[in-house]
Amino acid sequence: MSRAEIFNRIRTGLRIGADDRQRQETVQQRLQARAANLIPQRAQLPQAACIQLFIEMAIESAAELIELRHRNELSAAVEHWLSENGISQLVLAREENLQNLDWSASSSLVREERVAQAGDEASLTNAFCGIAETGTLMLHSGPDSPTTLNFLPDNHLVALSASSIVGAYEEAWQQLRAASGGEMPRTVNMITGPSRSADIEQKLQMGAHGPRRLAIFLIRDE
Amino acid sequence: MEIRSQEFKKSAHIALHDAKLQRALGNLKAGFPGKRAAAVARLPEFDALRDQARDLKNHIIEHLDLYLEEFEKNVIAQGGTVHWCRTAEDARKTILEICRAQDAKTVTKGKSMVTEEIALNEYLEANGVTPVETDLGEYILQLRNDHPSHIVAPAIHLTLDDVAEAFHEHHKRPKSDDPAVLMQEAREMLRKQFVSADVGITGANFLIAETGSTIICTNEGNGDLTQTLPKTHIVVSSIEKVVPTLEDMTLFLRLLARSATGQEFTVYNTLSTGPRRQADRDGPENFHVVLVDNGRSDMVGTEFQEMLRCIRCSACMNHCPVYGAVGGQTYGWVYPGPMGSVLTPQMIGIENAGLLPNASTFCGKCEEVCPVRIPLPKLMRHWRDKEWEKHLTPAAARSGIGIWAFFAKRPALYRMLSWSSNLFLRLVGGKRGRIRKLPLAGGWTDFRDMPAPSGKTFMQQWQERKS
Repeated sequence: MSRAEIFNRIRTGLRIGADDRQRQETVQQRLQARAANLIPQRAQLPQAACIQLFIEMAIESAAELIELRHRNELSAAVEHWLSENGISQLVLAREENLQNLDWSASSSLVREERVAQAGDEASLTNAFCGIAETGTLMLHSGPDSPTTLNFLPDNHLVALSASSIVGAYEEAWQQLRAASGGEMPRTVNMITGPSRSADIEQKLQMGAHGPRRLAIFLIRDE
Repeated sequence: MEIRSQEFKKSAHIALHDAKLQRALGNLKAGFPGKRAAAVARLPEFDALRDQARDLKNHIIEHLDLYLEEFEKNVIAQGGTVHWCRTAEDARKTILEICRAQDAKTVTKGKSMVTEEIALNEYLEANGVTPVETDLGEYILQLRNDHPSHIVAPAIHLTLDDVAEAFHEHHKRPKSDDPAVLMQEAREMLRKQFVSADVGITGANFLIAETGSTIICTNEGNGDLTQTLPKTHIVVSSIEKVVPTLEDMTLFLRLLARSATGQEFTVYNTLSTGPRRQADRDGPENFHVVLVDNGRSDMVGTEFQEMLRCIRCSACMNHCPVYGAVGGQTYGWVYPGPMGSVLTPQMIGIENAGLLPNASTFCGKCEEVCPVRIPLPKLMRHWRDKEWEKHLTPAAARSGIGIWAFFAKRPALYRMLSWSSNLFLRLVGGKRGRIRKLPLAGGWTDFRDMPAPSGKTFMQQWQERKS
């Protein structure tokens, strides 16, 4: 009942006549064109400058940024970060990009491939891409990348290929559509820094409900 | 929530003399406007984006039915369910039914003004379902049995001590006045709730027609835990939030955080599309979108249509001198500040909210900062017109305007009167040019001097320049 009433009122308000083809065409065209609106200059830099902007914006958002030359340095760098912070447990996504890492040097680290649980100290996931204009990571759900890993653990560690950094959000949408066959994953996360709140007297406190710390491992050569 | 909008004058008087509230409002004024200005200064395209956003919203409203149909089609194609609710009552019932079907005992909630609008918490509670607010500000309010005073920073009217007191009472821990410790307490308390809730309810900042997705923009991560951990995710949103494509959503995202908190981007911008996929190992099994109308479709085609562009950023209230002086709760219902003064009469009736569109100096700052360029003063003026037409304007104001109209319709008399009062005020003002006391204007002169007119009347100057 409500549905028909709501549509009826909207159409009456808009004074829609019997012939509505023009409006329908306009809408279908817009939906299919998926045209970008104005994209700021800042988001249209050459790749090297994009990566630099991503680094600056990510650090400004209070993410930690660790630069690596090769992916084969990832496990050691993660292990180092965890041991420096006194963490001995890591939950990983079963991601293709996180397979075949050499963990032999980190004997004391307990690693598990599963979804996150309350009480997990740290997780490691792989970003789909980075967006330079605001230093934002894009991650999405899938059989090998459960969303809980991005939110439940106290520390969120993210591997990001420098080559996957784009300037504007619009480029990320195009890549996401291409990668997912036109069908959206259940969850797409754009993450810019660690969790925070200013709900008490407008004073910013880090670590509200999501991860207290966000560490990005930026892998240069891939 | 109880409607107290017609008590505005009394509430404002109390608010102005409430030292604690005034201190809390100082936090708002010292924060948001400056942060917004800094963020705007960093993005040279900001004003051009606002123009595009205004035009796109106008396009959406002109095709609202078609984009809503497309959105519904794609939610269903992704395995979700759409519920259409004409009234707040319909929406409450629909949500309760979904909860009952899941045999839900507790429901975690992300921040959502639409659920405040439909008074969902009270209803769920009365029907045996316990709602748990998880946004830090909303959680504080729930403990205190209080309501939001701001659409983005709901607990802005409270001080650190208020929060410390509420936590001490409910958490049974030693009282702390360290905000970091308090937040940690809330984090621990709510973690259990996130994991054990049967249903998670969030709002939506936008609905994307192209994909059937909904998006929330948050800083805490509570909305994400709310919608990922329970078996059922319910999105409660209003019909005007639909946008055509992801690209179109992006235009608004570039404006939203900058206008609201002055951030470059909110920490978590999360798109939800349908329930978890077959091979996914977490995420909700059920996905419902409850679309609330509650008076919005009635605004289409009227002088209030432009209000449907609002993206709920709160810039208008952050910059409003009236809001800044009296706070959000003085407005007496869910939506405060300039946007509330336009929306509230639509939702609860001008007869219950006529004072709100009058509680404005028409300084124009709200329109100046609005990311979708809503002419808020003009819309408030439309409500004043309606109030006048319905004979709801108070007698004193009506006769005052009547007296003014008598002179305004008699130009010679009007000129003589303005000439003589100009002269009189100049004499009273004396050499200092300031008037300390003036009959019938105590509301002004009790607090500050009235400047005396400094020269000739407009008509005198006009005549002189013409000749």
